[in-house]
Amino acid sequence: MSKKMHISLTVNGKQEEFLAEPRELLIYTLRERLNITGPHIGCETSHCGACTVTIDGKSVKACTMFVAQADGADVTTIEGLGNPDSLHPLQEAFKEHHGLQCGYCTPGMITRAAKLLEENPNPTEDEIRFGMAGNLCRCTGYQNIVKSIRAAATEMNAAKEAAE
Amino acid sequence: MPRDTGIGAATLRREDVRFLTGTGEYTDDIVLAKQTYAVFARSTVAHGKIKSIDTSAAAQMPGVLAVFTGDDFVDVGGNPAGWLINSRDGEPMKEPKRPVLAHGKVRHVGDAYAAVIAETVEQARDAVEAIEADIEELPAIIDMNAALSSSTYVHDEIETNQCFDWGWIEDNREATDTAIKNAHHVTTLELVNNRLVPNAMEPRASIGSYKASTGEYTLHTTSQNPHLTRLLISAFVLGIPENMLTVIAPDVGGGFGSKIYHYGEEALVLAAAKQVGRPVKWTADRTESFLTDAHGRDHVTKIELALDAEGNFLAFRTDTKANVGAYLSNFSTATPTFLHGTLMGGNYTVPLVYVNVKAVFTNTAPVDAYRGAGRPEATYSIERVIDKAARELGMDPIELRRKNFVKPDQYPYASAAGLEYDAGNYDALMDKMEEVADISGFEARRKASEAKGLMRGLGVNAYIEACGIAPSNLVGVLGSRVGLYDAATVRVNATGNISVMVGAHSHGQGHETAFPQVVSDMLGIDASTIDIVHGDTSKIPFGMGTYGSRSLAVCGSAVVRATEKIIVKAKKIAAHMLEVTDQDISLNDGVFSVEGTNKSVTFGEVALKAYIPHDYPLESIEPGLEETAFYDPANFTYPSGAYACEVEVDPETGKVRVDRMCAVDDFGNVINPMIVTGQVHGGLAQGIGQALVEQTFYDEYGQLLSASYMDYTMPRADDLPMFQVDHSQGTPCVHNPLGVKGCGEAGAIGSPPTVVNAVVDALQSGGHNITHIDMPVTPVRVWEAMQNAK
Repeated sequence: MSKKMHISLTVNGKQEEFLAEPRELLIYTLRERLNITGPHIGCETSHCGACTVTIDGKSVKACTMFVAQADGADVTTIEGLGNPDSLHPLQEAFKEHHGLQCGYCTPGMITRAAKLLEENPNPTEDEIRFGMAGNLCRCTGYQNIVKSIRAAATEMNAAKEAAE
Repeated sequence: MPRDTGIGAATLRREDVRFLTGTGEYTDDIVLAKQTYAVFARSTVAHGKIKSIDTSAAAQMPGVLAVFTGDDFVDVGGNPAGWLINSRDGEPMKEPKRPVLAHGKVRHVGDAYAAVIAETVEQARDAVEAIEADIEELPAIIDMNAALSSSTYVHDEIETNQCFDWGWIEDNREATDTAIKNAHHVTTLELVNNRLVPNAMEPRASIGSYKASTGEYTLHTTSQNPHLTRLLISAFVLGIPENMLTVIAPDVGGGFGSKIYHYGEEALVLAAAKQVGRPVKWTADRTESFLTDAHGRDHVTKIELALDAEGNFLAFRTDTKANVGAYLSNFSTATPTFLHGTLMGGNYTVPLVYVNVKAVFTNTAPVDAYRGAGRPEATYSIERVIDKAARELGMDPIELRRKNFVKPDQYPYASAAGLEYDAGNYDALMDKMEEVADISGFEARRKASEAKGLMRGLGVNAYIEACGIAPSNLVGVLGSRVGLYDAATVRVNATGNISVMVGAHSHGQGHETAFPQVVSDMLGIDASTIDIVHGDTSKIPFGMGTYGSRSLAVCGSAVVRATEKIIVKAKKIAAHMLEVTDQDISLNDGVFSVEGTNKSVTFGEVALKAYIPHDYPLESIEPGLEETAFYDPANFTYPSGAYACEVEVDPETGKVRVDRMCAVDDFGNVINPMIVTGQVHGGLAQGIGQALVEQTFYDEYGQLLSASYMDYTMPRADDLPMFQVDHSQGTPCVHNPLGVKGCGEAGAIGSPPTVVNAVVDALQSGGHNITHIDMPVTPVRVWEAMQNAK
């Protein structure tokens, strides 16, 4: 058993501090230590994206990052984007356009899509498909996911314009 | 009537909010008090004799609470096959025991031979590493032809690798042979229906718990049908009385067939929970899922189509070898037989069908029903050989199909493969497909592709499937060991809201939204006051679960029957309240009224009266308002469709890109078109995945070389086009009360032959004399075919 490390990070705006083995993965920290079960484990190899979170402004697959690598970081999960009483425009759009079925990939999908729309607020269909290609969905055939992201982009851009 | 929430409304899904916000509750999200963890020791060889397993070091490792091996389960039962198939000679199929943990031999890579229970998953994993297993490697039986001639057996006690040799319909055999011998033209095609890994995004997981004070067990598990899992564990494997075992399938992250079945891990965590006195949790990692989830398809087939000079179909003769893997999974014997052979007449008025299926044991993961289950295999064979025949005869592939379609005035139609199709209109589907897919614009699109240096092809297809597998008396004759009805309870609470307990399990299909639409429509009350309860055997009367596109056709019909009973009783209560007879009462928009008068009571008032029966005809009606119905259908349902696909093939690389994909399906009546469209999308993606990218590859030693997402290609967002989906041409099913047929599998059934037909058409248009390429049609296969055709 290796010596435990002192870890401090912010998750969905909340400061967290604890001791962790060097081999502890970030997804384990979120799910088992902090009881944040929105991010799921689909493959443990970075290929499916079910565990996607945002770390310091970048989309990261939490299943292949040691929590020690996230020491000091600012982490946002699906729980930090919206809640049942106040959905994020992407969450609204996924509901409106049937962008989910079993829901297992959905938290990672939406977390990734939120980052994609920050990177490119007005993506084309091809840009959405390319930008989401790191997230697997076995249910939807992606069509309604693409539509949902497109719709959310329009909605968010309109809201931004209205605010300006 | 609140039409915005009733039948036919594209109601948004109420289950979405929890999934969208990360508040869904999947099995691995559940943490039970004092929970422990199981990790399995799995075979690294495909076939081996277990000489000894030394667990003494593992048992001494930190945190270890128990270690199990196959020896601990020799006195309990095996996981059975649910369908008995007899061979052509009348001999019953071979049914070797499938134990909880491997005993005596390991039979595929990933076969579990021991399990460690520990305080943490890491400790359990470390202890598994410390198990000393002496396993003598035996020759691996991988190829089906080699298996049939080998004297090495996957199961030594049955002294063969053939599970059965089935003929359908045996009485047609000679006549079919004669028709093929004498036909004007016979088209022959040999093809492989590639083995697939279902790959639900949520890996399997189970938590067993046990209450010593009462002897009650609870299993939380990733299941499509918790009642069937309970039945199998109770009646066949562990012998726990059903009233002492609760099976809960909470939110389940997709199934596609792979979570229909009972798996040994479920029995292990229950037995272990009793022994260690604490809950035991197991969650598969992705490679475990690849190695141990039941795979799909894996048929090697030769199909012949006999035609007369006018292009009329005279006979289909099919010879198939079906891989069942190392053990018989629960539906593994039904899938290549009654879910495949009975569909081998397709949508056509062919007078003769004969199918021979040899099921073969190999040292590979068990193979069972995967989205479509037998029907994709049938459709692929039929629709590929028809396409080849059209090319050989110089006929238009659409016209050849139309010429042989069963016509609308021929229903009910007794197919040569033994089914009675109840309703359909295949020409109407084809008409609609030609319109939606813009077939007339294809030649212009082909020229545009050619101008870019690409070959463009058009593929079409017509399919029929049999869904809502039933009725029980028929499937019983055919070998099913279970009935195939479903059940529902409608409970009207005192305040007028409604809980509907259903036997079907929802794991993406949107039952929580669609089923209330049915009840809402019947009672005339808003769907928002109606809730669905599913996935918990302690809360639901019974159920046969979700598979074979059966939920709405079978369980939805049970919901209708139970709601009808509610209406009958509620009318009696209303009649008492209004001082008339119940024949005088009508129900409209949630109000019971006496025709021709202004006397009425609301649904809510009747509900309250049922539970507060102060002034109530107790002599003729019981208090309460709750009814249960079991529904056993009269027949299968028969969804059908016409599909079109256009691909572009790069002659330099062999890369295939699907440019257009059109699915026109007849699902009968549609309850929620948004959900139905989504189901088709998903099926299309899986079908295109099978056709172009998904390949399960075992090497000659039985190592699964495609056991991760690095090696098994899953369709991704940038691999697929926008699909064109239409279900406007529905012909209602005539024997269930909703007129519905089932939509879950259609896309995966209809699309693979459509795609391959399109690829062959593209290659032919480029001057390559290629008549077939096996799936997945990868760039290397296309490129090699082009080189070989030179």
